[in-house]
Amino acid sequence: MSDLPNRVTDAGLDWLDASGDHSDIVLSTRMRLARNLQGRAFGARSRVNDRTAVLRQVREALPSVQPLQGAEVQELRGLPRRGARLLLERRVISRELLGEVGASSKAADATTADWGASPEEGEEDSGRAVEGAAVVLAPASPLSIMLNEEDHLRIQVLVSGLDLREAWNRVDLLDEELGQHVPYAYHPEFGFLTSCPTNVGTGLRASVLLHLPGLVLTKEIGKVLQGLSQVGLTFRGLYGEGSEVVGNFFQLSNQTTLGKTEEDLVDHLDTVVRQVIQYEVKARHVLLRDAGAVTEDKVWRAYGLLRYARSLSFEELMNLLSGVRLGASLKLLSGLRVYPLNKIMMFTQPAHLDEAAGRVLSPAESDAHRAAYVRRILLDEGSVEESGPPSGSDSGTPSEDPAS
Amino acid sequence: MKCDECGGENPVIHLTEVEDNETRTLHLCAECAEARGVHGTPVPENFLLAGVLAQIEGSGTKVNPGPGSEGSGSGRCDFCGLTIRGFKESGRLGCPHCWSTFEGQLRPLLHRVQGAVQHVGKVYLPPDPSASEREKRLEGLRRKLDRAVDLEDFERAAELRDQIRSIRKAAT
Repeated sequence: MSDLPNRVTDAGLDWLDASGDHSDIVLSTRMRLARNLQGRAFGARSRVNDRTAVLRQVREALPSVQPLQGAEVQELRGLPRRGARLLLERRVISRELLGEVGASSKAADATTADWGASPEEGEEDSGRAVEGAAVVLAPASPLSIMLNEEDHLRIQVLVSGLDLREAWNRVDLLDEELGQHVPYAYHPEFGFLTSCPTNVGTGLRASVLLHLPGLVLTKEIGKVLQGLSQVGLTFRGLYGEGSEVVGNFFQLSNQTTLGKTEEDLVDHLDTVVRQVIQYEVKARHVLLRDAGAVTEDKVWRAYGLLRYARSLSFEELMNLLSGVRLGASLKLLSGLRVYPLNKIMMFTQPAHLDEAAGRVLSPAESDAHRAAYVRRILLDEGSVEESGPPSGSDSGTPSEDPAS
Repeated sequence: MKCDECGGENPVIHLTEVEDNETRTLHLCAECAEARGVHGTPVPENFLLAGVLAQIEGSGTKVNPGPGSEGSGSGRCDFCGLTIRGFKESGRLGCPHCWSTFEGQLRPLLHRVQGAVQHVGKVYLPPDPSASEREKRLEGLRRKLDRAVDLEDFERAAELRDQIRSIRKAAT
């Protein structure tokens, strides 16, 4: 259907299958390693010859790097803008790689790009990306490498659920092999050298995307988030097109990269995330116990709107999806799996809708296409069973599906 | 994105408040956040970095490294041309050599931003390693191997054993 290369249209989708641990609460685990090559300027001070040298060295190394078998270097300038927008929404490339954010105004980590917020329209190709900006994509692999972003290399992996150790093993192995073929900039005192002092040392940023509606609804979230800063972690909400946090999604990651081993950083985040999951589960029990009817009503209303609405903004969708996700996790909507909900989250982003339609949609069309996609996925998923006491319902339960 | 208080560019604090079941997020620039007395909020790293960077010159840490020390004394990287002023403005270094050129300024900065100065993670083995580099590297791999065995991750342990073996072999 699409004329984009498969390595672009297939990239960054592995986590959707919800195969990882706690995948009803933890959407995905991502990890990245920042690396730079010896003897080359990086980031804003790099010149074309620096960047093309990085491309050449990585290209030459690829065939010898086992975890990247069959991988290719995709330069952003050679990619239609549609492809770049898809990769951005997949969280495989950052806005900065696309040339949309200046290094100094960049948020903590550009690869945590705002969900569903597509880059501005206008150009047919990815014209603003600098020459040499590229991404290494391997077939059927959650691994990728951004080239010539703020650092020469950003080795990254994105997997389902909570799986920090596996994610670390995968980037570590790739890093070990690649480092034998391209000479990294390394300093015995400061470790792996990076453009920004906040990344130096291990160059490791591990992050976990969590869905925490229980903590938000029970008003415990502020306390939990505040506690995180005291244990060396940082968080940010997931923003939609506006500036509001949407859908009760929060991303947790390590704040510092120096002075601890990679394993310690990963283990520490893992321990804290498991605690947050416990708090969330507890909060959900409290919700059911103290406000069961209200919670059930919220969940079913969200499901009803998603199931039948004819127009949905991305923000509205994310907030409704949060309610439905909570319902699926609490078995209030029994039989509804997490996988289709993840799919909805991914494929209703603006660039994904455009790609499916084969043209650039207007905002109103986009909202209609979004609603149609959601209806189709939920219809395919089949009827959802009620569970729990239907308080005060009259005799007949209306049929769930017009077709049945 | 603009600061919700003053409309200025690049808010660095994203304050999430929860009130009556409503989640509200305020986006504030550093000045407005401080004016509102936002403390205890997780501090975005670049905000922290900006504050530390601003003090580099004003805190008596002179730019010129003093007599006898390495570097040109002009606070300029010989390799990429980045100046200390340029670093203060962007918060970014320009090349691997900047790390040696500005190490006097970077150590106190790292201490405050990272809480540490010495890297203790993976040891990188360059293509032509010295004996001591190789030994440090083996030490790190052995530590990883112990951990993999503790976690009963035997596939990982086997990979690490292979790595240790190949480094030993290359040394002989």
